[in-house]
Amino acid sequence: MKFFRLLGRSIRDAFKSVGRNFSLSLASISCIVITLTIIAISIVISYNVNNFSEELKKDLTIVAFVSNDALDTDLDKIKTKIGEISNVESVTLKDKTSIMKEMMDEDDAFKTAMSEWDEESNPLQHTYLVKVNDIEKIAETANTIKNLDNIDVVKYGEGMVDQLVTVFKVIQKVAIVAVVALVLMTMFLIVNTIKLTIFSRKREISIMRLVGASNFAIKLPFVVEGMILGFIGSIIPVFIMIYGYYSLYRYFGGRLFTDLIKLVHPEPFIYLASLIVIVIGILVGMFGSGRAVRKYLKV
Amino acid sequence: MEFIKFKNVTKKYKNGVVALYNLNLSIEKGDFCFIIGGSGSGKSTLTKLLYREEKPTQGEIILGGLKVNKLRNANVYKLRRKLGIVFQDYRLLPKANVYENVAFALEVMGESKKNIRPRVLKAIELVGLKSKLRDYPEDLSGGEQQRVAIARAIVNEPKLLICDEPTGNLDPVMSMEIVELLAEINKKVGTTVIMVTHDKEIVNNMKKHVIALKDGHLYKDYKEGEYIDEVL
Repeated sequence: MKFFRLLGRSIRDAFKSVGRNFSLSLASISCIVITLTIIAISIVISYNVNNFSEELKKDLTIVAFVSNDALDTDLDKIKTKIGEISNVESVTLKDKTSIMKEMMDEDDAFKTAMSEWDEESNPLQHTYLVKVNDIEKIAETANTIKNLDNIDVVKYGEGMVDQLVTVFKVIQKVAIVAVVALVLMTMFLIVNTIKLTIFSRKREISIMRLVGASNFAIKLPFVVEGMILGFIGSIIPVFIMIYGYYSLYRYFGGRLFTDLIKLVHPEPFIYLASLIVIVIGILVGMFGSGRAVRKYLKV
Repeated sequence: MEFIKFKNVTKKYKNGVVALYNLNLSIEKGDFCFIIGGSGSGKSTLTKLLYREEKPTQGEIILGGLKVNKLRNANVYKLRRKLGIVFQDYRLLPKANVYENVAFALEVMGESKKNIRPRVLKAIELVGLKSKLRDYPEDLSGGEQQRVAIARAIVNEPKLLICDEPTGNLDPVMSMEIVELLAEINKKVGTTVIMVTHDKEIVNNMKKHVIALKDGHLYKDYKEGEYIDEVL
């Protein structure tokens, strides 16, 4: 019970103090707002990049075209050889007859043109659909397959995929550096806000010491104040993130420019991300004030 | 019964100044004791050692069976809860009224409001400020402010009341009133009172136990009624 009474008192004092040092509190809160907004954007980007990579991993297939010189008896051998490559997850053969049928079903123009082909005159090639374990090594794997006997051409959407993965990785790295720098700056501002609070309440603190308040009871209001600054600072970024992401998702219809990049559905993702942003805000406030208390409050 | 004991206590500050030399003294439970002496005699250092604002360089201080010099920083508050401390400059919260100033001592310890109210009212009544509950320090005279400080010091029902020059800022009439109030608390509640002062008139009038310090040494320990004014 004593703990809750002290906590109640600390919360009341902390709010009073935020009001008393309003300009400095506002500076800290503004800095937290900027930091957390960038953190929120980073979370949204990172999660979407991860999701996109996962989806790519599921969908991305190397298509290996078998040379028309290959005999039917060679097909199994080629499949085994592809399967032996370390990055290969699975290999499926798609023969030229089924490819022809698929194309005919897709388009009437194909249907008319291909209806006269029989098995002998079908100029299409047998293909292997190869799935890989590590998407980053797809170029290497494609190259290995291409060097196998009886493989004519290998396709995997090279170029675009590589570029997208690289661009997203750069964005992630830049975001991390910006976030770390801003978190440090915010901590510095919070330390200074709490320092000012400690100095403005020196008399009160000295009386608290004299009448026998425990160190915990003396420190608690300042730590709570830091947490309140962090919490207040997280409200705007959370609103920006929720409203912004919903709007973005609706505007693009759940995909970014192409069907290849699907956006993560807002629910429950955006609420979980909001919770993370709030917790980060409170923790940054708590550690910042904890540092100030250790440095300036000699108890 | 021995309540406070100083055994061979020496206090040397970091700047090299020695405030107390090998001090030995004892104070009984329920005693009213004056500590007197000129400037630099070590009076204030003696009280600071008692409430563990300072630590002795050598020697041992025992207060109610507790070895004060062995107390760890984190546990000092446990000692302070058993003490009441009053200063010359009152040390009140300017933005809090009389009631709030006294209640503050109990609030910071996490006491419940239900528990705080009767104890605060009792302490304020004892110091004679019942009619000024809602007044702020700036509306009160020096003597009244000191009464508030005394009420705050006794609200926790301490075993020992340490008063460091409590009448230093007051005129002779008010000073006498404050000392009589302290004597009344000592008599009624049985609280041991240690009062540091350089006001010889008060010491002469009260005829209590007097410990006289000179240049950091114990000059003389006068039992009740023994003290006669002398130049230290």
